[in-house]
Amino acid sequence: MQHESPLTRVGRALVPLAWVGPAVALIGVVVVWPVVVMIQSSFLEISRFGVVRGSNGVDNYAKLFAEPDFGGVMVRSLVWVVAVVALTVLISLALAQLFNQRFPLRNVARWALIAPWAASVLMTAIIFKWMLDPEVGFVNMVLHDLGLLDAMGGAGADPLGNASTAFPWLIFVAVFVSVPFTTYALLAGLSTIPADVYEAARMDGASRARIYWSITLPMLRPALTVAMLINVMNVFNNFPIIWAMTHGQPGYSTATSTIFMFILKGSDIGESAAMSVVNFGMVVVLVIVFLKVSRWKSEVA
Amino acid sequence: MTVQPLPRRGLPSIRTVVVAASAYVVAFVFLFPYLVMILTALRPQDELRDPTYLPSTFAWSNFTDFWTGGLVGNLGVTLQVAAGSTVLVLLVALPAAYYTARFDFRGRTAFLILVLVTQMFQPTAMLVGIYREFFQLGLVDSVWSLILVNGGFNLAFAVWILNAYFSSIPRELEEAAFMDGAGRAGALFRITLPLAMPGVVTALIFTFIAAWNEFVVALTLTTSPENQPLTVALNSFIGQYQVDWQNLFAGSVIATVPVIILFALIERKVVGGLTAGSIK
Repeated sequence: MQHESPLTRVGRALVPLAWVGPAVALIGVVVVWPVVVMIQSSFLEISRFGVVRGSNGVDNYAKLFAEPDFGGVMVRSLVWVVAVVALTVLISLALAQLFNQRFPLRNVARWALIAPWAASVLMTAIIFKWMLDPEVGFVNMVLHDLGLLDAMGGAGADPLGNASTAFPWLIFVAVFVSVPFTTYALLAGLSTIPADVYEAARMDGASRARIYWSITLPMLRPALTVAMLINVMNVFNNFPIIWAMTHGQPGYSTATSTIFMFILKGSDIGESAAMSVVNFGMVVVLVIVFLKVSRWKSEVA
Repeated sequence: MTVQPLPRRGLPSIRTVVVAASAYVVAFVFLFPYLVMILTALRPQDELRDPTYLPSTFAWSNFTDFWTGGLVGNLGVTLQVAAGSTVLVLLVALPAAYYTARFDFRGRTAFLILVLVTQMFQPTAMLVGIYREFFQLGLVDSVWSLILVNGGFNLAFAVWILNAYFSSIPRELEEAAFMDGAGRAGALFRITLPLAMPGVVTALIFTFIAAWNEFVVALTLTTSPENQPLTVALNSFIGQYQVDWQNLFAGSVIATVPVIILFALIERKVVGGLTAGSIK
């Protein structure tokens, strides 16, 4: 390399650029540049019509942290991510075990599981909102026919209009759309466990529970880790479920930091950018964790 | 677990019956909201707000009416965005994936890390930046901005899966065709691409579905109703007081069912692509 003339070096560098350049350019324009603009915007005073009124120092951040709802929103985001991911993983572990058994029409049953994964999350949220409609929604109809509606708050029971019931329902829908991918990732992980490991354990007289704890779970760890991290990212960034079902209302009682960012965008773009930067910082931490845990080195090399 | 007792002849064991029954129940639960969606779309106009489980008759006309309703234009936007993003991703990802699979070059590792990192980011995390950038470019409320953003955020998956396919095709096959006088391009198009076709199809369908389903970027970047894709239009429809529910639910079914069927075709390869670099 050291003895090459500068011209040949430039030439050698240009050939890959022709092949890889467009991809780098697209990522640059769509992924990298917005981050720069976002960080810039967080230090600017911008009207809600997009007119830059000048530098704002750290006032956007000061204003954001002083919002009376900021603390609640951040705590709720944490609860949202932890609850949805934990429930998703637990349910998916059970379902992966179930769908890994042999039974007739297994492929058809597995296919049904794809639906919430393939469908737009927004569409799933819209249909759940419809099913939770206080008057004609399926959920209240069933409660009514079971004679439980009165106990749940009478004919006017509005599961999404009430802060204490709305957030659990949002978590339910988020788990519902997250379980299919997670189950499939775990099924892929299960299929990599060699059969003779189980046979050996059974020869040694290990019980089912013992085999699961000592063999299945440890060997599922890589699949589980990645599925969990992908879920954390998806759930943290999830916008359509809350937006379509409650808009973060009543008040800000069901708003996560993503929703809060979007609401702020309507009134103060600079403050919204500050919220984005805070969110983005958390996503970056998660990406670093992902790169540490995943085995990208062996894949890239 | 992978090891099963040898299948016994005759009646299935109780265990199999229990397992199968539970699996069918789970499958039904996950299909249920979409069944409700289809049943609601088939309700006659005057029955829509009746609290009954099933419609008295199936009003198939709701679906034919959709094509003369106000949402057809939005379906058109969705198709443009999905098709445009898919073409963009293929044009950009194919050469990049091929080159990184075949050649070692300075910056190769950096490029692959960039791609891997991009896969972890979602547009929601940088929404304000995206909005400000396209506002400055004067591309707000344009189908092109949606094509660009959807293309950019789905590029990583396509590069990753295509790279894996190209790497798995022996270099010798290509070189043999080259020696036989096919030329570099001929070898690429006649040998390598056909062998990588499953990967190409997966990348294509995945991008198409992702762009088709996308909501938050379109919600942010489109302002006039006629430029909104179906997802945004359906969502704003619901917020209105006077809602043409038949049109709304027919639209929901049209927005949902095709992608579920498309996705079933590539599901096996998607798990591998999404968790690439980790499960091997």
